[in-house]
Amino acid sequence: MRLSGRGLRCVRGGREVFSGLEFHAAAGEALAVVGPNGAGKTSLLRLIAGLLAMDGGSIDLDGGDAELTLAEQAHYLGHRDAMKPALSVTENLTFWAEFLGGIPADPAECLAAVGLSHAALLPAAYLSAGQRRRLSIARLLAVRRPIWLLDEPTSALDAASQRIFAGLMTAHLAGGGLIVAATHAPLGIPARELRIGGES
Amino acid sequence: MSALGALIRRDIRIALRVGGGALIGVLFFLTVVVLMPFALGPDLALLGRLGPAILWLGALLASLLTLDRLFMADHDDGSLDVILMSRTPLELACAAKALAHWLAAGVPLIVATPVLGMLLNLDGASTAAVALTLLAGTPALTFTGMIGAALAVTLQRGGLLLAVLVLPLSIPVLIFGVAASNAAIAGPLSFGTPFSILCALSLASLVIGPFAAAASLRHGLD
Repeated sequence: MRLSGRGLRCVRGGREVFSGLEFHAAAGEALAVVGPNGAGKTSLLRLIAGLLAMDGGSIDLDGGDAELTLAEQAHYLGHRDAMKPALSVTENLTFWAEFLGGIPADPAECLAAVGLSHAALLPAAYLSAGQRRRLSIARLLAVRRPIWLLDEPTSALDAASQRIFAGLMTAHLAGGGLIVAATHAPLGIPARELRIGGES
Repeated sequence: MSALGALIRRDIRIALRVGGGALIGVLFFLTVVVLMPFALGPDLALLGRLGPAILWLGALLASLLTLDRLFMADHDDGSLDVILMSRTPLELACAAKALAHWLAAGVPLIVATPVLGMLLNLDGASTAAVALTLLAGTPALTFTGMIGAALAVTLQRGGLLLAVLVLPLSIPVLIFGVAASNAAIAGPLSFGTPFSILCALSLASLVIGPFAAAASLRHGLD
């Protein structure tokens, strides 16, 4: 499996964010997108996820499931955690597992993997920022999709959680997955760097 | 199908929890209808004549009240991104969300109608006629309102916009809903004619609403 983009151009609010951007990543590889604030790291991830209209260029996935679009084979972990405060941690996770379909894993195991077992029945409203982030990460585990698009994945995570997350990412890559992460901080795993928007 | 079932169950569950929209709509409906007899005075014949119109206006405003959060809540917490990336067609997801909203916020209005009918001096048969027209007509309110709710997502603070966009679309529903109720109560028109048109409006909006809302959400990607 190989994900590649050619000649990508992105315009937001009449301003060109980037143009002529090239990138590629193969299965088992992590790509760290780095650059100053406003360089278009999040825009690039949302372009790949199909959440932003392209203003030029193309993104191709070779060797994926031909029946599915790129977005349907990707997980997007954004700034917003897609969890409902009124529902409990387990209800949130079970909903996404059922809604996204595919091959769902046991929600209890996913929560255990991110160290949230003790909070399973708590409404998501009572979680701290770091715990909410760990719950979103559990969503990546609950439904298996080969491409992970991560936007500042380690923000709000403490050192121990960052180590756990690095382990989860390593396991995902070892299983033939692919990671594109926009980040300022080191990911904690070996990653190739894609620098956009000049020097930071 | 299990994906849509999960979406409907989640939305109903959120609506029924503390801070959800289901009870707010019913309470608003109750307030509007309870205040009417005080404003109009103790003329029982007048209340009976205006009853169906008052119940329909109350139901229309109550369903608009909670509709603007239909997509906004999912947009604000990022759920909409994940829904867009799922294998479920967006049109079906929109239809499922509207159905959940109708079940959680529309059905309670219909259930409350018999109680409120008593306050407006409507007898049993008249109340049943109004409840039947509401049952046939409120899906049209929800499914046309959904289009406005989807448009409001792309514009910040679109709450007022929703009312402006949706009210013209709901006027035919209001006209034929009240006409059918009045035909059943007082005649001389037959009940069937306006009621059939009301059902047709609901069926048309069931088809058009999801497509229009999905198109609007896709166009408003940001």
